[in-house]
Amino acid sequence: MSITGKPRVEHPGQRRNAVGLSRRAYEGGMSTLCAGCGHDSVTAAIVQACFELSLPPQSVAKLSGIGCSSKTTAYFVSGAHGFNGVHGRMPAIAAGASAANRTLKYIGVSGDGDSLSIGLGQLGHAIRRNMDMLYMLENNGVYGLTKGQFSASADIGSKSKKGERNDHPPIDPVLLALSLGATFVARSFSGDKEQLVPLIKAGLMHEGFALIDVLSPCVTFNDHEGSTKSYAYVREHQQVPIATDFVEARREITVSYAEGETVSVELHDGSRVVLRKLDRDYDPTDRALALAYVQERSARNEHVTGLIYLGEGRKDFHARHQTPDEPLNSLPFERLCPGKAALGGIIARYR
Amino acid sequence: MHPTDTQDPDYYHRVVDCQWACPAHTDVPEYIRLIAQGRYSDAYLVNRESNVFPGILGRVCDRPCEPACRRGRVEEKPVAICRLKRVAADLRDDIRDRLPSAPATKNGRRVACIGAGPASLTVANDLAPLGYEVVVYEQLGTAGGLMRTNIPSFRLPAAVLDEEIGYIVDIGVDLRLGSPVTSMAALLKSGGFDAVFVGTGAPRGKDLRLPGRDHDRIHVGIAWLESVAFDHVKSIGENVLIIGVGNTAMDCCRTSLRLGARSVKVMARKPRGFFKASEWELEDAEEESVEIVVNHSPTAFVIEDGKLTGMRFDRMEYTIERDRIVAERVVEEVVVPCDDVILAIGQDNAFPWIERDLGIEFDRWDVPKVDPKTFQSTRPGVFFGGDAAFGPKNIIWAVEHGHQAAISIHRHCSGQPVTDRPPRGVRLQSRKMGMKEWSYKNDYNPIERRLVPHVSLKERFKQLNIEVELGFDAEKAAAEVQRCLNCDIQTVFTAPLCIECDACIDICPTDCLTMTRPGPLPEIEQRLKAPRRSPEQGLFLSEPLKQTGRLMVKDEDLCVHCGLCAERCPTNAWDMQKSWIDIPHAEDDAQCRS
Repeated sequence: MSITGKPRVEHPGQRRNAVGLSRRAYEGGMSTLCAGCGHDSVTAAIVQACFELSLPPQSVAKLSGIGCSSKTTAYFVSGAHGFNGVHGRMPAIAAGASAANRTLKYIGVSGDGDSLSIGLGQLGHAIRRNMDMLYMLENNGVYGLTKGQFSASADIGSKSKKGERNDHPPIDPVLLALSLGATFVARSFSGDKEQLVPLIKAGLMHEGFALIDVLSPCVTFNDHEGSTKSYAYVREHQQVPIATDFVEARREITVSYAEGETVSVELHDGSRVVLRKLDRDYDPTDRALALAYVQERSARNEHVTGLIYLGEGRKDFHARHQTPDEPLNSLPFERLCPGKAALGGIIARYR
Repeated sequence: MHPTDTQDPDYYHRVVDCQWACPAHTDVPEYIRLIAQGRYSDAYLVNRESNVFPGILGRVCDRPCEPACRRGRVEEKPVAICRLKRVAADLRDDIRDRLPSAPATKNGRRVACIGAGPASLTVANDLAPLGYEVVVYEQLGTAGGLMRTNIPSFRLPAAVLDEEIGYIVDIGVDLRLGSPVTSMAALLKSGGFDAVFVGTGAPRGKDLRLPGRDHDRIHVGIAWLESVAFDHVKSIGENVLIIGVGNTAMDCCRTSLRLGARSVKVMARKPRGFFKASEWELEDAEEESVEIVVNHSPTAFVIEDGKLTGMRFDRMEYTIERDRIVAERVVEEVVVPCDDVILAIGQDNAFPWIERDLGIEFDRWDVPKVDPKTFQSTRPGVFFGGDAAFGPKNIIWAVEHGHQAAISIHRHCSGQPVTDRPPRGVRLQSRKMGMKEWSYKNDYNPIERRLVPHVSLKERFKQLNIEVELGFDAEKAAAEVQRCLNCDIQTVFTAPLCIECDACIDICPTDCLTMTRPGPLPEIEQRLKAPRRSPEQGLFLSEPLKQTGRLMVKDEDLCVHCGLCAERCPTNAWDMQKSWIDIPHAEDDAQCRS
């Protein structure tokens, strides 16, 4: 916990984005997490991505549940809408908000406890419904708030700080999302912003459910020898089959890529995701291959990171339910409520 | 690229911009913190150690520290360093028992100082406590040199001068007032001195030889100010022109107003931005309704029937490119009426009393050849300092010259080569008290610079010696000290401890920090998180980090020393440590060898 606030002074050379804001305008309150927590780096990456996308702060809604990770929504974009829900129930709240107002960018921040234990059912159904949101899963393999017990994402053989070994198989949110039909599945590392920031930007602009599982070390309870989610271990065991660049709409691709090595995927707003193959045999648009690849690498104790699967074009919640473009609260009462006669008609269908 | 050597005393010294800019290297942040704690006497003594005259300099220093102050880079205005120095002096208790004293047995060496200005007095201050017998010769009846004769008493009261000069005399210095040295040869031959220090200043005001010059209503600024200081001149005409726009001109115009002038114009040859006077001295003069007239180049004094009636000028126009005048032309000729003219266009040193066959060489401008490090002339044992050495500078430079000359004199007298200088050093000590707790106030306080109250315009002209600036009271000082960024509390990095979690990079409010792969310096500079603005500011490069081999890079330029990098660091790879820059004086040099 920092007692002092972050000084309100800026580098005079700070850039402004298209809506005239500096990066610092996307910051939030001071973090009260442990010094060195990976989650604070994820927060900084979200700040950077929102700044680079020139999102008006009031066009963002941030949602969370309970846990260290869920506190972090207070630490970015203080001008955004926000809702801090009960443990594991963030997906339902996000789903409701998104259904009622599709004009906002929804950023859900959760952790491995909030998402993979108490909230596993909620997460599964948000994926299945293909809610239009970015879901950041800050994954450190332990319950940091309750002093470091193994979470559901702890790897077999991983050791706790006290030295106990975990023997339960982990739930891998990437495999879960792939198998439930998610259209944007990525994994990244809090200590690698060059990878994480473009992924967040792509995830925010993706139409449908975007999952980024971020390995985000718990510096207090899970950064020791024997941990498989420490800074050192992740750096040594990171396997990146695909490098991801995000190119905003109406911006030229200025970097030249080698022939046949890249796949460019256009998102609904005209922006593009350029995927550079670092592993020639990998294809991020092939779900079955992605599943097999991640499983195989996990068996070799490797963390596959990057944009693992991108299935652009599959119908999201709004497309499937033909929700109106404008927020429900801006609709006139007559359009929102069909009236007694119409209701009577609906009820009559079930008689 | 090699990792930065932070053991080099200059590295952290440079981070403390004010201390680096101060010729005497006053530990500014340290004394400001002492003021914050209400320890005014301690703050005074920290000052005195390096600048010897805190009460005087707290009023009239040229303040090279303030334009350098980091606060002025992140906000509009620097910390009011100079006025805080005055606070330490104004609010101190009696500190006489904490001042240096001379040992009971002398060391048998005798040193003569010629001229009782700031340079000579500093030499005396440094050498008398080491057992030297120091004799200071002063031609006038009072000590202080230009501090007394050229700085008007409404800026620097005589009592302040008397007190701080008294501290030095009381060590046991033999001050001989009214004793001009008329022959260096005689002094060297029969004075019985082991070393001689010349601190006679730059006492000759520059003249302006234009038609009509020889008239008794045309005065040379510094001589005129001296006559005012000694009550020889008590009045002046109603309309006064000051030629020149340096700090002496500012003192002349404001003094004129107090001697009866109704209209005072400062005539400047060039436009604003090319003035030599300090910004604040210009402000003070303009507050008193002095008119500053730009682009007027003097051509003649107008004398009618033996009476000075005005002065003739060419009105100029300049072409300015990139802050430099590249072309000039005369637009018209004008006559500005006046009763008196005061010339304030510069001053020179002058040594009619030094014979030219003593081995003391002079260059072709008749300026003595003085070594800029040792302050020794071409004759071993004869030293120069202050304005006498390299022409007019200011008091704080004179003090530093005095310190360096004292070291040289001590080495000369103890048979050591004067060219060997005692080394500077740096010491560091952590300021960590506990979790998120530091023994300095790291919370950035956004308040603006406090203004020093002035005596009202109605009151201040009633008497020549009414001090215009009132100084900060304790409350204002308590607010102003919070603006200091504590640049001497250094961000010290220990590379082997770093786990590259990014916490410091994320939290830094001014984007000073970057982690990047090694490479040539120009490339690394391109990859910084925020562009490098100033190559004079330090750039710290760590050793390669353990996990990725990248380097931690810090651009010192805009660091506000908030300590958040160290607060967020889980492994104490960053720590906030107080740096003491050891600036040796004669006393330290003496202790080293004994």
